Amino acid sequence: MNIEPPPPIVSARAVTKHFPVRGGFLGRAVGSVQAVAGVDLDIQPGETLGLVGESGCGKSTLGRVMMGLLPPTSGDVRFEGRDIVSIGRSERKALRREMQIVFQDPVGSLDPRRTVRQTVGEGLDIHGLRSGSERDKRVLAMIERVGLGADSLDRYPHEFSGGQRQRIGIARALILEPRFLVADEPISALDVSVQSQVLNLLLELKKTFNLTFLFIAHNLGVVAHISDRVAVMYLGRIVETASPQELMERPLHPYTAALLSAVPNPKSKGHRELIVLEGELPSPADPPSGCRFRTRCPLAQAVCAEQEPALVEYSPGHAAACHFAGAPIPASARRVLGSPSGSD
Amino acid sequence: MTDTSPLVQVTDLSTWFHTGSGVARAVDGVSFDIAGGQTVGLIGESGCGKSVTAMSITGLIDPPGRIEPGSSIRFAGQELVGASEEKLRRIRGRQIGMVFQEPMSSLNPVYTVGSQIAEAVRAHQDVTGKEAMERAVEMLRLVRIADPERRVRDYPHEMSGGMRQRVMIAIALACEPRLLIADEPTTALDVTIQAQIIALLAELRERLDMSMLLITHDLGVVSQIADHVVVMYAGRVVEQGTTTEVLAAPQHPYTEALLKSIPGVATERGQPLPVIRGAVPSPFDWPAGCRFAPRCDYVFDRCTQEPGLMAVETGLSRCWLRHPDVARDRVVSGRP
Repeated sequence: MNIEPPPPIVSARAVTKHFPVRGGFLGRAVGSVQAVAGVDLDIQPGETLGLVGESGCGKSTLGRVMMGLLPPTSGDVRFEGRDIVSIGRSERKALRREMQIVFQDPVGSLDPRRTVRQTVGEGLDIHGLRSGSERDKRVLAMIERVGLGADSLDRYPHEFSGGQRQRIGIARALILEPRFLVADEPISALDVSVQSQVLNLLLELKKTFNLTFLFIAHNLGVVAHISDRVAVMYLGRIVETASPQELMERPLHPYTAALLSAVPNPKSKGHRELIVLEGELPSPADPPSGCRFRTRCPLAQAVCAEQEPALVEYSPGHAAACHFAGAPIPASARRVLGSPSGSD
Repeated sequence: MTDTSPLVQVTDLSTWFHTGSGVARAVDGVSFDIAGGQTVGLIGESGCGKSVTAMSITGLIDPPGRIEPGSSIRFAGQELVGASEEKLRRIRGRQIGMVFQEPMSSLNPVYTVGSQIAEAVRAHQDVTGKEAMERAVEMLRLVRIADPERRVRDYPHEMSGGMRQRVMIAIALACEPRLLIADEPTTALDVTIQAQIIALLAELRERLDMSMLLITHDLGVVSQIADHVVVMYAGRVVEQGTTTEVLAAPQHPYTEALLKSIPGVATERGQPLPVIRGAVPSPFDWPAGCRFAPRCDYVFDRCTQEPGLMAVETGLSRCWLRHPDVARDRVVSGRP
């Protein structure tokens, strides 16, 4: 094959991010949390990459590193081939126009003392892009684009519902027409019927603005619906990447298989099987040796404590980091649930 | 099932909040039963009245909230509405256990988890402090906490969220209740920990032969554990029936729309999800007529009047489309 894939718009190489753990009377650094522990990840132009994992796996940190909000501890992050780690202030400011983020908490991420007009237009002010009536027109167009009315412009965040506040956050992120958007759990704080509304809005805006999209969430069902490609993260490492379809049909990593078994499928009749992992997420300050998942893995063998598995491509576009990728999950980790017990 | 009379019978329950700015009719004429050994899932979005229903059963409604006259909650044949504080405490403590969403705020941070379980044991059984502590260790083992002899001396902050939820379940089960009410027990937990708690609850209800009322917004959780499902919308029950049947063939437009809007295995990737337009109405001002009508895709002239619960093959549905006359008319006129 001699078809070269297009160069990625965003790429991370060997990225790590450590946070110091402070302790004792003087608050000295006594250790460090390895939030991101060696990640290679490319995002193609126009692609939606879903990043999925549980709390503490490092997915939010990785998202912030990839858009230059946080500097990595080591490694290389590039936007359109340009190094974004070691650039100066003015360059960084210019770059900020290209990369924006939507946060999970639509309450905490909006300034309660600022009106929608002020919040949404702030990006234009900072970059000195529009002023006066031009600015107002732009803000109004954006606010209508996300499904809110002109009457919302002079209102404050507390006057809106959670779903509406998330729309305001999206309008703020998109007003500068960025090319790369990171959405960090944008719907998980919302009610079920509102979740699908906001998810649809994001899908639509992605097309309109031709965005490259990093969608971070803990819910594999949501991620699979919206993404072109999914990366599964566990304790600072990427353990599997594949297209959503491939991932759902042939999960290779036992962690992915467990996450998948917990995806709600109300249409499944009667018996449901849940893969139940033992124990809890180890501390990222003191990760297990070898494979980081081995302490909870139903497939773990001696080799898993000694060698960290590399992310290996098993079929085109489908890679996993597991010594026993694709091996069946033993019955001891499976629980059959949902058998109607009305007959006993 | 040999005992056919239900353990819990909720009939016409209305719990209203009489506030300065009006009356919030949070729960507004709700009826359902829970049979012995049965798990009922009470589902709906925030503000539908599901948690207030559970709090009414456990007698945790404080002013300005009030269980309205005409409401009835029978537990093992005894009427709970209007019962004395003392009687309520006896029933609530001994026969109904409760688990809430946020275990950290339900546990006392200055006592060890062991002493909190032991306290629950001693509240219901005449045992010595030492025996109560031994029982606490047993309870921790029952909820599958590893190394219970050591863990019993932990303080809540020394435990993870999943373990704290296990401790809450242990406290709720300390009195060997006949009914366990779990209000969003897994919502605050990570996916793999959620799976552990669901597996634990499923195992415990079989082993202890208790009934369970599971309150959740998560249809996935309901499909995993509930035998029977009660769907609430705007203070009312809109549908109920056997979980597998309701989820496979919902008989109310709200249930149908909720199921369709869940992204995941069954949805078409990258395509817009079907949505329920508009927002949940306010309990201070429920819509007249059918309360779901303003958001319903099937709305027609009949919906200006509120439908009652109609018997359908899978259970009950509060929708005019399920009225025998309407069903016949609509078939004749060729509408859906």
